[in-house]
Amino acid sequence: MITAGIDVGAKTIKVVLLDGDKILAKAQVLAGFETEQSVEEAYKEALGKAGIERSAVVKVGATGAGRKAVAFAQTVVTEVSADARGAVFLHPSARTVIDVGAEEGRGIKTNAAGKVVDFAVNEKCAAGAGAFTESMARALEVTLAQFGEISLKSDKTIPMNAQCTVFAESEVVSLIHSNISKEDIARAVHDAIASRISAMVRRVGLEQDVVLMGGVAYNIGFLESIKRTMGIENVVVLEDPEYVGALGAAVVAGADGN
Amino acid sequence: MLANYGYKDGSGEYFITIDTDKCTSCPHHGCIDGCPEHIYEMITDDYDDNVSAVRRDVRNTLKYLCAACKPTTGRGVLPCMAACTPGAITHSW
Amino acid sequence: MAEFWRWKEYNWKDPDKDWKSAKLITSGIDVGSVSSQAVIVADGELYAYASMRTGSNSPDSARNALEWALRDTGMKQENIQYVVGTGYGRVNVPFANKAITEIACHARGANFMAGNSVRTILDMGGQDCKAIHCDEKGKVTNFLMNDKCAAGTGRGMEVIADLLGVPVEQVGELSFNVPEEPEPVSSTCVVFAKSEAMGLLKDGWTKSKVLAAYCLAMAKRVSELLERIGVEKEFFITGGIAKNAGVVKRLEQVIGVSAIQSKYDSQLAGALGAALFGQALLQKEKAAGKVA
Repeated sequence: MITAGIDVGAKTIKVVLLDGDKILAKAQVLAGFETEQSVEEAYKEALGKAGIERSAVVKVGATGAGRKAVAFAQTVVTEVSADARGAVFLHPSARTVIDVGAEEGRGIKTNAAGKVVDFAVNEKCAAGAGAFTESMARALEVTLAQFGEISLKSDKTIPMNAQCTVFAESEVVSLIHSNISKEDIARAVHDAIASRISAMVRRVGLEQDVVLMGGVAYNIGFLESIKRTMGIENVVVLEDPEYVGALGAAVVAGADGN
Repeated sequence: MLANYGYKDGSGEYFITIDTDKCTSCPHHGCIDGCPEHIYEMITDDYDDNVSAVRRDVRNTLKYLCAACKPTTGRGVLPCMAACTPGAITHSW
Repeated sequence: MAEFWRWKEYNWKDPDKDWKSAKLITSGIDVGSVSSQAVIVADGELYAYASMRTGSNSPDSARNALEWALRDTGMKQENIQYVVGTGYGRVNVPFANKAITEIACHARGANFMAGNSVRTILDMGGQDCKAIHCDEKGKVTNFLMNDKCAAGTGRGMEVIADLLGVPVEQVGELSFNVPEEPEPVSSTCVVFAKSEAMGLLKDGWTKSKVLAAYCLAMAKRVSELLERIGVEKEFFITGGIAKNAGVVKRLEQVIGVSAIQSKYDSQLAGALGAALFGQALLQKEKAAGKVA
């Protein structure tokens, strides 16, 4: 049975087409200001990639902050439920799921069936999500990819005082003026957000295996910092980490009513 | 005096309140050693009272520092509140 | 490039007062994260003051602010008998006799500026927001301070002023140039509110409408902070944002209480309170025979 999962995030809309346990296609589009239009665009792109007609999709599941914009979805899932299902689908021994997106960070405790046992969320504050690293990369005038890379070159732990993205930008500027290297600043930034995320995970309790998903999972600097802050070497970055929510929605859509 | 230490941001309000009138009567200030994250310290406030206060350098990370004592399930009595015999400490979350 | 967040720096002295005949001359220096004030009080009356942008060096900012307050008065620093430092950088006022928290100083300053009927003070500063309850003597009975988050602070307003290309001093007036009040911006966080504002502009909203939505959101957010300790009359607002009618008027509507007015500049509360604390401490020292 072919199902679709659509994750309407703050920044991007992700679509996954699933046939049983086989992923047929994935597509991603920037959210833009016309959500329904962007959803259509992403959906059509995924269908095109999979080479299937719209009618071939039996069930559609929607998740993400803007999930209500997917009028044609039969199943609507919360982000934490979608995350847990998607994570366990990809990595059956996943028990702690860390999802850091553009505007939200989540810590989720899941069981073997992919059901949410506990969760904690960092929301509505840019300092707890990808918007933080993005702003700081801009302040340092490097790309996000470079930002993660250069942070690995530092071996210093400089704590940041500012806990707010707006104030942290000024702090970064004054660190630059104090001749602190870009590498050390980059590491300080990644350590700062990693410590906020790991404190959130501590509330649900750390249980192996720990998996990482969401757009920020691509950031190798963040991965290193979070391993260090949690004191865990084995943190698995799920494949195509930003699609795991959409995948989970597709899994739930297929299971619904069965 | 009610001293509210902490912050409010998009994700919520996180304040620890210390009632300094109750705090001055306490002989041992168990909160100082009772907190696993050591967020409290003794100060002489602006009105010359010796009282407990939340350390200035941790006030803006309270949500994260208190996280270990506030799990999403199975939350017990907070160690700082248990140690505070005059009942001067309250948490807003 | 125009800097829309810049507001005027200023100094003032009492043209009629002769400080040489004063018995007690004290000064309060408030080094904030965004602005610094120096106030000189002579025999319990406001004599001179200056307000300027805080530089990267706190001791220099303290010195510069005091120097500017003293300019054209004929008074020198050695004529000042007691100095109290306050504010974010209070430990960095090297020539201060004592440092007192900005909370206590704001309460004392508000009591002077608006009278002893003041019970609730809201200070919206450059990078923080304070809610204070005090008694008739200006002694603090309840307080909270939020300096973690830019929303509800001067910096939060500067970010939007900068985005819209509107000088921060004009924000209030412009925000009323709307046919009807819009819904407030939904994001509390300044970073997300900025994106939201950009979207609204693309949707054809005028700058005034965006400002109205943002001022209303700020007013609501600040009211939530105030509600944590409650609003007891009389209510007084200090700090830079007190000059932003766009936020003040909307806040008064949200909490259902009007703020009382004062003839004094709203940014002086901290430094003024510090100078008054200094006077009280000086009198105590004189009485104890420590000082001639």
